Amino acid sequence: MAFHIPEDYYYTKEHEWAQVDENIVTVGITEFAQDQLGEIVYVELPEEGQKITQGQTFGVIESVKAVSDLYAPVSGTVIEVNTALGDDPSVLNDDPVNEGWLVRIEMDTEKELANLMRAPDYKKLISEK
Amino acid sequence: MKKTPLADTHVNLGARMVDFAGWYMPVQYVGLREEHDNVRKNVGLFDVSHMGEVRVKGPKALETLEWLTTNDVAKLNDGEAQYSLLPNDQGGLVDDIIVYCLKKNEDYLVCVNASNKDKDFAWMNKHNNGADLVDESDLWGQIAIQGPKALELCDRVFGFKVSEMKPFHLQHGTFQNHKIMVATTGYTGEKGCEVFVEAGGTVALWNELLEKGKDLGVMAIGLGARDTLRTEVKYSLYGHEIDDTTNPYEAGLGWVIKPAKKDFMGKVLIVGKKEAGLTKSLIGFKMLEKGIPRQGYSLFSFDNKEIGKVTSGTHSPTLDEPIGIAYIDLAYAKEGTEFHLDIRGRKVKAVVVKTPFVQK
Repeated sequence: MAFHIPEDYYYTKEHEWAQVDENIVTVGITEFAQDQLGEIVYVELPEEGQKITQGQTFGVIESVKAVSDLYAPVSGTVIEVNTALGDDPSVLNDDPVNEGWLVRIEMDTEKELANLMRAPDYKKLISEK
Repeated sequence: MKKTPLADTHVNLGARMVDFAGWYMPVQYVGLREEHDNVRKNVGLFDVSHMGEVRVKGPKALETLEWLTTNDVAKLNDGEAQYSLLPNDQGGLVDDIIVYCLKKNEDYLVCVNASNKDKDFAWMNKHNNGADLVDESDLWGQIAIQGPKALELCDRVFGFKVSEMKPFHLQHGTFQNHKIMVATTGYTGEKGCEVFVEAGGTVALWNELLEKGKDLGVMAIGLGARDTLRTEVKYSLYGHEIDDTTNPYEAGLGWVIKPAKKDFMGKVLIVGKKEAGLTKSLIGFKMLEKGIPRQGYSLFSFDNKEIGKVTSGTHSPTLDEPIGIAYIDLAYAKEGTEFHLDIRGRKVKAVVVKTPFVQK
């Protein structure tokens, strides 16, 4: 299956994406992740103002079958949460890389981006799965 | 990993394969919800060839099974089946099983859980009272056909009226020169059967069922939907509701314990606990606030006393809401009782409800 993997996003090995706009980072899960999870029925996200740390869990996604942690691609402060997902988590299955964004973070330092994958490496990662 | 005769077939059907109890098994094909709904509305095929089969034969077969299992094996006539338990000598359970009577008194087939097969076979051998015990697991493929249209499909394929068989009965037959045994048992709450087929005929039978069931909407179903289906009807699964320490009365399985009729392994401890007073009960519950229960989550009373543990939980595809099964202290087991569920540190309200969650 071919997944939509935007070239200008950053990726974690746990299948989150990060879109960087100056120091604001929008975070979501990849199409590959939603495909693996199956039907998503519940999302637990942090609150605005909460600090999150790169590599640490900042929320949870539940599919019918399983619970999966969400890992922060960068450290920073949550400035916006996609509350629409609380009412309709299925958006995460339909459009994970756009409408299904999870949080926006004001990132502490750009340096952490160096720890993330770019699209070609991420494509390689999932092709090995 | 071990493979069933259908492993390649699953891969060709595009299934996502996983390691399940050491077996290479399909967890889903087109999607858990679609597969689940199809079993509730039409008919689904499950590869359950990973389940174990132990043949118990000879003049001591009945005596051995009477000792090893809790249910009344003596009442089984040829072609009848019963759900039963293999108790251990500590008052707990080695496994839950189905006993099929092939010939009264002298020939039985015991179907056991895949994850427990070696443990069960060793246990049965250790406590054998002179029966001829053979592990036939490699000889048999097994396909479950479940759903409201399952029996119509079976009638087309097996050459006899499966739809006229009573539940928990077994009939012998052949499929393309392979021996089959069709049993009206299942694990979804739907009508249907489970077919034992000589291993070499498994793929041909599977393909025939898919072909002949096209107009009935037949679909291959993975382990993911198998679990949501059985949870919706609150059927126990070993490792979740049942384990080596389970008292069957607390698990709601007292109906397969027949202490008045016979002596069996662990009887004194199992029945003794009931007489001394049970302390917990296996209940079904629903959430009153957002969140999905999962195995291992703790239950708390409103005065913050830990009162139980979740054994299975999921988002029910049929009801489109979260459901859970849990052991709960007897004082809280009554329908309508509210409690807190600890979901990763968050206390969320839930309520004991009547089961099965989905009435069939």
